[in-house]
Amino acid sequence: MLKNRIIPCLDVKNGRVVKGINFVDLKDAGDPVEQAKIYSDGGADEICFLDITASNENRDTIYEVVEKTSKKCFVPLTVGGGVRSVDDINKLLNCGADKVSINTAAVQNSKVVEDSSRKFGSQCIVVAIDAKRKDGGWEIFTHGGRNPTGINALEFASKMEKCGAGELLVTSMDKDGTQSGYDIELMQKISSMVNIPVIASGGVGTLDHLVDGIKSGASAVLAASIFHYGTYSVNEAKQYLASKDIPVRI
Amino acid sequence: MDVTIVDYKSGNISSVINSFKEVAKGKVNIEVTSDLNKIKSSDKVVLPGQGSFKSCIDDLNSINGLTDTLSEFALNNKKPLLGICVGLQMFADVGYEEVETKGLGWISGKVSKINNQNGKYKLPHIGWNQINIIKESKIFKDIENNSHMYFVHSYEFVPNDKSVIAATTDYSSNIVCAIEKENIFGTQFHPEKSDKTGLNIIDNFLSL
Repeated sequence: MLKNRIIPCLDVKNGRVVKGINFVDLKDAGDPVEQAKIYSDGGADEICFLDITASNENRDTIYEVVEKTSKKCFVPLTVGGGVRSVDDINKLLNCGADKVSINTAAVQNSKVVEDSSRKFGSQCIVVAIDAKRKDGGWEIFTHGGRNPTGINALEFASKMEKCGAGELLVTSMDKDGTQSGYDIELMQKISSMVNIPVIASGGVGTLDHLVDGIKSGASAVLAASIFHYGTYSVNEAKQYLASKDIPVRI
Repeated sequence: MDVTIVDYKSGNISSVINSFKEVAKGKVNIEVTSDLNKIKSSDKVVLPGQGSFKSCIDDLNSINGLTDTLSEFALNNKKPLLGICVGLQMFADVGYEEVETKGLGWISGKVSKINNQNGKYKLPHIGWNQINIIKESKIFKDIENNSHMYFVHSYEFVPNDKSVIAATTDYSSNIVCAIEKENIFGTQFHPEKSDKTGLNIIDNFLSL
């Protein structure tokens, strides 16, 4: 039986982890490689890096991070943030990323999704959708949630499936950072509409939120803060899901 | 020992390279190349594969003499070869991804789309699933039945001769996820991404 995935996400800026795990015994709490290794040793089903480097001159730092991590972690590694072109995707994959998530570029030019999924296979193309409630529906935003687009999130999700996305990483901007749980209705709507896996993101504060996320129809749940701040370990999260009869890899 | 990972410029093989180098440390020399002479002189060959069946076959065929060299290695010289994901699928006679495409024809059978039962099962089949070991295979030495492996695929290999099947996994139906036919091995899952258990399988292959 296919198991539901738990994916811890690390925010990386200029090659350093911004929000990190508060473990006292860490030699270097800002080292993404060391933190990724802790997650994979703890049973993470995948690792996600979100590169939030703002300046262009420091953008290359992520490649080095990915290269080092992929030599130490033997679970799938997804990298997103600032991915603009097929060339960027190629470079990340060559450094050892297994999947690349595309956000702004997918909205601005869906051909990037079409071309990259044809070139590298759908299995490594994740489209990240940042959605915010508006007029009874959801609108998507780009540029890390800064720019409204007027595009309906459900229509966009369907379009990305047709363009060849292998998975959708759906983040609720209303919920992100609130620790009040996923936007369950959004996850339900998108999961039931598309035939590709959905990763739920944004808003996790408790382990019950992870349970709700899976019950909404998502194939995987992504969380940052609850793992970063050591509130729960990945293993604790999995044990809890298993106790609620949700199939996970233990 | 010299082991060659065939680099035929198709898809992303860096994870395969990293994992084999990790396991091989100090014991085995890992080469990554499409050089025919290097392949011929290797003790073992790893054939990765990502993307579509058609694109992988096209890329293999675009390197002059490569498929003949691989066939000679696996069929005539009977040296150990491991196919991973589409690398395994290419052993078939024919694949139906994008368009009907002729495979290597080493193990009679076809590669067709997983039946998603009208949307009941999402495709690609992505994530960790358990393997059901149905025959003893050298690459499963010390691997427990029902171990979790990482999968990413929408197509499955359906061999005509069921005796080549080493393991299946349950997704919509019992999908073939590992085969062993004499010196030819293949996994539909990604041992290079399946954590310690996956590395064990790689170690088993390198230790053959």
